[in-house]
Amino acid sequence: MRYARPNTPGAKVSYESRYDNFIGGEFVAPVQGRYFENPSPVTGQTFCEVARSSAEDIELALNAAHGAKDRWGKTPAAERARLLNKIADVMEAHLEELAVSETWDNGKPIRETLAADLPLAIDHFRYFAGCIRADEGTLAELDEHTVSYHLKEPLGVVGQIIPWNFPLLMAAWKLAPALAAGNCVVLKPAEQTPATILLWAKLVGAILPPGVVNIVNGFGIEAGKPLAQSPRVAKVAFTGETTTGRLIMQYASENIIPVTLELGGKSPNLFFADILDHDDDFRQKALEGFAMFALNQGEVCTCPSRALIDKKIYGTFLELATERTKRIVQGDPLDTSTMIGAQASNDQLEKILAYIDIGKKEGARVRTGGERVRLGDGLDDGFYVAPTIFEGHNKMRIFQEEIFGPVVSVASFDGFDDAIAQANDTLYGLGAGVWTRDVHTAFRAGRNIAAGRVWTNCYHLYPAHAAFGGYKQSGIGRETHRMMLNHYQQTKNLLVSYDPKPMGFF
Amino acid sequence: MSETPPAISATPAALALIAALRRQHGPLMFHQSGGCCDGSAPMCYPAGEFKLGARDVLLGHVGDAPFYIGGDQYERWRHTRLTLDVVRGRGSGFSLEAPEGVRFLIRSDVCAVP
Repeated sequence: MRYARPNTPGAKVSYESRYDNFIGGEFVAPVQGRYFENPSPVTGQTFCEVARSSAEDIELALNAAHGAKDRWGKTPAAERARLLNKIADVMEAHLEELAVSETWDNGKPIRETLAADLPLAIDHFRYFAGCIRADEGTLAELDEHTVSYHLKEPLGVVGQIIPWNFPLLMAAWKLAPALAAGNCVVLKPAEQTPATILLWAKLVGAILPPGVVNIVNGFGIEAGKPLAQSPRVAKVAFTGETTTGRLIMQYASENIIPVTLELGGKSPNLFFADILDHDDDFRQKALEGFAMFALNQGEVCTCPSRALIDKKIYGTFLELATERTKRIVQGDPLDTSTMIGAQASNDQLEKILAYIDIGKKEGARVRTGGERVRLGDGLDDGFYVAPTIFEGHNKMRIFQEEIFGPVVSVASFDGFDDAIAQANDTLYGLGAGVWTRDVHTAFRAGRNIAAGRVWTNCYHLYPAHAAFGGYKQSGIGRETHRMMLNHYQQTKNLLVSYDPKPMGFF
Repeated sequence: MSETPPAISATPAALALIAALRRQHGPLMFHQSGGCCDGSAPMCYPAGEFKLGARDVLLGHVGDAPFYIGGDQYERWRHTRLTLDVVRGRGSGFSLEAPEGVRFLIRSDVCAVP
């Protein structure tokens, strides 16, 4: 079936023509009165205007957050958890609406937003609602009369800068632990995908006390920078790329505050020879694992964009994998049979095409794809790229840089040590995949790959309660696990003497 | 003996944008990014905004703005020659041109002599 486009008869979503910031529990026009146009990558056409905020708007949001922080921080964990669960319930009741909006704003296929983005985002609020109920400090009896208590306190007001690839889900990854831990948030969505979080704020905004969550839209340089640089935030969380990551650390160093950063990767996906030993479900699963590079149009920080294949099966496996890739259905993202939709923006499309170009110039061979796709049916101005398989070697730039498109670069390896050496020959270490029927190989490979997550005989699963974060230049911190609470908490140590007698020093 | 081409150059459109941004923001600098989302895109800042590290490498100048890349990334890019271009778009990150509705972009060629 095909969902009706927003603002047409029968549509699940009807956008307003213009959106303001969400500050202090209400929608507030940007101080300078400026707005920017928000196009859908599905058609390339603008569908709403969004506040183009400046430092003054960030200050308003920080005022609201600071006004709310003492009360929210002292709100019992049970009550905070209840409100997070309520947010999840309302999202669930509006799942289709939010999924259609996410597809329209980002370009990703509706089957993904229905089956992954929204269910995962909803579950994230429930997960951290559960975590904060079970969270507790520690105490130690240091001697007969002295007890050391470790109590956890919220940081206060935190800044969060959200990427455009999973707009609502990435916001949920950051909001849920921050709110559970008792912080107030000023959140800046990506300027490519500002719409769904505003629908979200309309749906769930009244559940939280005013000022607990504030959403300020705008460009990085105009709104993101004053947020990241503000002495009034106690921590900054960012998902994006390395230069901005470094810049955010520099700003944080001016205020001596912590940051968490998720900066992407160039994830290797290793296929050992035994996967072809039998023509069974597992062989099909491994082939599906190869084709996962096309998930979300490759716009995933952990896109398995380097496939390293055992040379013993290289030709046969790649033949099967190419055939599987050619069966990927590209089309209207609002059609439930579509498997790959549109890239999120024109500049993203151009960047991918520039990488395909350098790949060819470096001598990599295109096995399939390698071009922009014009789909017709009103979608010609949308940003579509055919799933692309390159063959080359690991020193080529298409093997070393995150293209963030549906492009996989394939090379062979000769033995276990070569597999690991190639897998680790990258600046990054966010994700990796290992495919084998041999548990010893699986475990050894998993432990030897320098990456924060090694999917073993699976890929692209993002459940809550499995830590996600990078080694090397891929960032700092671990999301999607209760340990993320620690990144939003201070430790208060009360060192208490129960001994009435003087120490006898003076 | 052949002359070594500059590691970075800019298209006329990029040079025009650099001139316009310079009028608005003063002297500029560039730093080549890596990683996800807007990764692998060049970032344009007011000069001095981005604190250079000991291992950042100066690739050359575009307009009169210095263009840097991280040392580790340079090792993996050094066999290619870069051209700064500009396309319609928005980008993310804190690059100065995003509000203009355009985005700097890197195009690449393989060096004849690495």
